[in-house]
Amino acid sequence: MYEFNFTPVLASFDQLLIGAWLTVRLSCAAMLIGLVVSIICAWGKTSGPAIVRAVIDGYIEIIRNTPFLVQIFFIYFAMPSFGPKLSPNSAALLALVVNFGAYGTEIIRAGIESIHKGQVEAGWALGLSRLQIFRYIVMKPALRTVYPALTSQFIYLMLNTSVVSVISADDLAAAGNDLQSATFASFEVYITVTLIYFALSIGFSALFYAVEKMAFKYPLSR
Amino acid sequence: MIRVFGWNEFLIIVVAAQWTIALSAIAFAGGSIGGLLIALMRVSDVRAFRLFATGFIRVFQGTPLLMQLFLVFFGMNISGFAINPWIAATIALALHASAFLGEIWRGCIEAVPKGQREAATALGLRYYHSMRHVILPQAIRIAVAPTVGFLVQLIKGTSLASIIGFTELTRQGQIINNATFSPFLVFGTVAVIYFLLCWPLSLVARRMETRFSRATAR
Repeated sequence: MYEFNFTPVLASFDQLLIGAWLTVRLSCAAMLIGLVVSIICAWGKTSGPAIVRAVIDGYIEIIRNTPFLVQIFFIYFAMPSFGPKLSPNSAALLALVVNFGAYGTEIIRAGIESIHKGQVEAGWALGLSRLQIFRYIVMKPALRTVYPALTSQFIYLMLNTSVVSVISADDLAAAGNDLQSATFASFEVYITVTLIYFALSIGFSALFYAVEKMAFKYPLSR
Repeated sequence: MIRVFGWNEFLIIVVAAQWTIALSAIAFAGGSIGGLLIALMRVSDVRAFRLFATGFIRVFQGTPLLMQLFLVFFGMNISGFAINPWIAATIALALHASAFLGEIWRGCIEAVPKGQREAATALGLRYYHSMRHVILPQAIRIAVAPTVGFLVQLIKGTSLASIIGFTELTRQGQIINNATFSPFLVFGTVAVIYFLLCWPLSLVARRMETRFSRATAR
């Protein structure tokens, strides 16, 4: 019978926490930059010229129909042959942003399309500028509508960051890999790492719930 | 000695796609059985079943697939089985698919109007027959589009099996890349093959979704 031995894992628990901190930072940075990319792409897709729409469509289809692992290999190993050579952590961030951008664009586009056309026309009639209309009349209620979809996509992004350990970025999964090769207590290490991920996803869900309660206090107009 | 990325190397990668397809198919088959069980437990009248299914779904949706693969892989080792990437990847992906399909199908079962279940009960149908002949046939129609959508996610997920040493499309790409050192061509080829596997399914899922929403809008 196998005997579990968590002592080496607990002794190096701080290493796992350092890894978890990078996972949190990486996820938040990718979320924020990815959100900006998504909003810009969603704007281009709903009101840009045909060529812009086609390019964004291509980007979304390519990203959504290939594995994240292959995308990260492409950015880390293949991109230096025609572009800059990135450090593992920057390559990880770029891959996460590119990946999240594709899913985020589709989510936000759905939100934008849920805004009634009359709302925008009312904005024109009130003499608001293009940017003001986009910001106050389209984006604000659109983000509120798609908020649940965005947050679950973010949790998915956070769990996906575990894959960046394969290019030796030093996130939580990589910290687990290091600890595993130092202690050989594979199962104990990975069950601990998995529990930390689980705690992170519960924590982020709670955080998003709190943000929702704070940011969307105003009543629905409909 | 560095090999040149030529026709043979290209073919080796293309042929490896069969293992991606096989792994996806087996995991999907296993996940369908598990997913149906989880979905039925999730909508069951027995509280313990509902709690178990909810917990199962939360754990598998709240942890990374990579960690699930690692845990099954190393868990098999400590429980006395020989380490076998094939079996570990299949079990992990099937469990993963069970949780996601269970959650998708629960939504589809709940989307069937409540009156249907009540009517079945009023006709004297017991649980099995009301599910088998009344609820599930209607739920399946709703379920097809999101299920195909999940299949795409599952095919992409099989790429992670390469990390525990299962030689499928991505792993074969890495091996060829180590020999030829032309990452652009190698990972470009790998990406194109995944795209050719997934894109048609995505298109089918989207078309079914629009057709379905048009049919139900009336």
